[in-house]
Amino acid sequence: MTIEVIGITVLWIFLYGYLIVASIDFGAGFFSYYSMITGRKHLVHGIIERYLSPVWEVTNVFLIFFMVGMVGFFPDTAYYLGTALLIPGSIAIILLAIRGSYYAFSTYGGTKDNPLYMLLYGSSGLLIPASLSIVLTISEGGFIQEQNGQVILQYAKLFTSPYAWSVVLLSLVSILFISASFLTYYADKAKDAAAMEVLRGFAVGWSAPTILASLLVFFSIYKHSPWHFEGMLDIAWMFVLSFLCFLFAIYLIWNRRKLGLAFILVMLQFAFAFFGYGAAHLPYIIYPIVSIHESVTSPTMGVALIIAFIAGLLLLIPSLYLLMRLFLFNASYVQGKTGK
Amino acid sequence: MMSYDPAVYSRILTGLTLGFHIVFATIGVGVPVMIAIAEFLGIKRGDPHYILLARRWARGFVITVAVGVVTGTCIGFQLNLLWPSFMQIAGQAIALPLFMETFAFFFEAIFLGIYLYTWDRFRNPWVHFTLSIPVIIGSSASAFFITIVNAFMNTPQGFTLSGRTITDIDPIVAMFSPATPTKTAHVLSSAYMTSAFVLAGFAALALLAGRKHVYYKKALRLTMITGLIFSLLTAFIGDLSGKFLAEYQPEKLAAGEWHFETTSRAPLVIGGILQENNEIRYGLKLPYALSILAFGKPDAVVTGLNDIPPDERPPLYIHYFFDTMVVIGSLLIVLCIGYLLFARKRRSAKGRELPRWLLRCTVWAGPLAMLAIECGWIFAEAGRQPWILRGYMKTVHGATTADNVDWMLLLFSLLYIVLGFTVWAVLRKLFRSNSAEQEMARRGIEGGEPK
Repeated sequence: MTIEVIGITVLWIFLYGYLIVASIDFGAGFFSYYSMITGRKHLVHGIIERYLSPVWEVTNVFLIFFMVGMVGFFPDTAYYLGTALLIPGSIAIILLAIRGSYYAFSTYGGTKDNPLYMLLYGSSGLLIPASLSIVLTISEGGFIQEQNGQVILQYAKLFTSPYAWSVVLLSLVSILFISASFLTYYADKAKDAAAMEVLRGFAVGWSAPTILASLLVFFSIYKHSPWHFEGMLDIAWMFVLSFLCFLFAIYLIWNRRKLGLAFILVMLQFAFAFFGYGAAHLPYIIYPIVSIHESVTSPTMGVALIIAFIAGLLLLIPSLYLLMRLFLFNASYVQGKTGK
Repeated sequence: MMSYDPAVYSRILTGLTLGFHIVFATIGVGVPVMIAIAEFLGIKRGDPHYILLARRWARGFVITVAVGVVTGTCIGFQLNLLWPSFMQIAGQAIALPLFMETFAFFFEAIFLGIYLYTWDRFRNPWVHFTLSIPVIIGSSASAFFITIVNAFMNTPQGFTLSGRTITDIDPIVAMFSPATPTKTAHVLSSAYMTSAFVLAGFAALALLAGRKHVYYKKALRLTMITGLIFSLLTAFIGDLSGKFLAEYQPEKLAAGEWHFETTSRAPLVIGGILQENNEIRYGLKLPYALSILAFGKPDAVVTGLNDIPPDERPPLYIHYFFDTMVVIGSLLIVLCIGYLLFARKRRSAKGRELPRWLLRCTVWAGPLAMLAIECGWIFAEAGRQPWILRGYMKTVHGATTADNVDWMLLLFSLLYIVLGFTVWAVLRKLFRSNSAEQEMARRGIEGGEPK
């Protein structure tokens, strides 16, 4: 593999990591708020909080990693996206800032049950993915115009694009689906049957919209970027596998069996779809302006980054394992028996 | 109303974000050290007061970390959104330290989560203490790496630039630029120092409010002694930074000192007002001091601003920021020494309390140290204007060309105002609703003098 392929793979892995952990996080915020206003808070809130409290900070890091890696490996992409995304990017980070800080304020600040904080935290979680998914839309090409050395994002085109809206829709429903299927598993582990039932309802409820939205995205890619759609047809097996994983996961969740495996299947479902989508997009990062080949101008830096990346993983994987041992897979913590 | 110039607005917005972030970043780097020291003393001496101190500091710390994380994310993205041309060129050269900064942050994030949620999990208290070490390593390392990025912008090296293409990057050479040692050391020690004084301020506030508990006296003593050690260290490294500037960035030192003619036996000017044709009035002149600061010798020659091309001179207002930083740093050292003298007197004559004016000064020590951080940072950043990459790229050429930076400035200003007020309100409520005395009673910690 060449450096640029390794580079984009590394970035894609981080983006996938962010997709999973952020979905759980964003969805949890929404469910937490939703269950509060529908009077079911006592059922699920404890579960959600016990999971999120130790890990929320980790979620943010995945996103920053992606951004830093992008600059390092593909500085041209950073240039185009940086200029074009001033407004949506700024709005996304303001939402992230509101969300992160109000989560901490309401969890650690002794201001629990403050409905305003809960609303800010719950609603921003749904708006962030919508604003972040604009990056995916732009990368399909046709939304950036370069005039007299100035890069301009064409908002009118963006807001009237069926493709853009189908991506937003997919990101929303998949967040709720991923989150619900994880929390169902977590509640089950906590032997909290009532919470499990509520969350299972969410998971089943959001499964059909997820698949419908995926089909919509397929269709709009076909319309908007035939080159990308053809690439996806070439690796159609990945999308078939993705769908099979989804079916099996729903079967397990429906029958309340092996919920851990069900969540792994959901992760695989999104992994196959996400990596299939990404692989078919290559070699372009932003079609047709930036491809992975013209970007890495310094092989030494590329190698240094890959070494740093491996060294970092050697440090992070054991630490993450420890975190999971202590909080995700520690029966007494999950069941709320170990105090803070 | 200013006419729309994206470069100006980008500078204001970046400055605003960093200025806000620095407050929380400083706390984020320094306070874990203080928490760990308190926990260490608590376990070592079997003194539950210190453990409680560590616990309570940690509880407030999480709130500030949250704001630090989100504003750090803001600045991370703003680098790209506001300075795309700069990032296209420098981004590759600094990708390695940026990457490592993120790793360090990741490491800290993981262990902070573990540390905060395992206070009572382990039978052996040292296990929990050990978890604070990766938190300190993570927070200090991330400050170290991000300061390397800034050092690179001051003394860029390790690459070749032709047009907008950067080639032949040597990541290690770029990382260890001449500015790296003094900058990173100064940032770290001043963050430890400032955090110690911020925490000292809270202890002093409680004592001023008439709380007599020995818990607060222990808190004050611990923070003042660490404050003294770190401020002495900061002053020493600050002196090294002056010598670095004289050698590598003479224009920054000259502008900071209003030193126009290249002379030997250069005097150091404190305060003053600059008249037309660069006459200095009302300033306090210390003969030879600038030569000593710059080269360690009273008769060394110090480059003056007149030898720097006019379009490469930094703004002259940075003089005030430099002076404010140095004066505050010196006053804080005096304050600590004063505290130690009075504390000694108090111990020899039982029952005598610390004078109230000393406590009042201590309350101000935290905000003043933070002000010194901001001033030092403005001095360092404005002092390398007009360059964004000294010697390579001017700031105006690095900025975005996008419209609407002014609106983004407005949005972010609102965000920081709201965040600033909420964090204040939340912290106030957190500590008011659960005082140390209440917590000691609840945890069954006895309150008398220590054994």
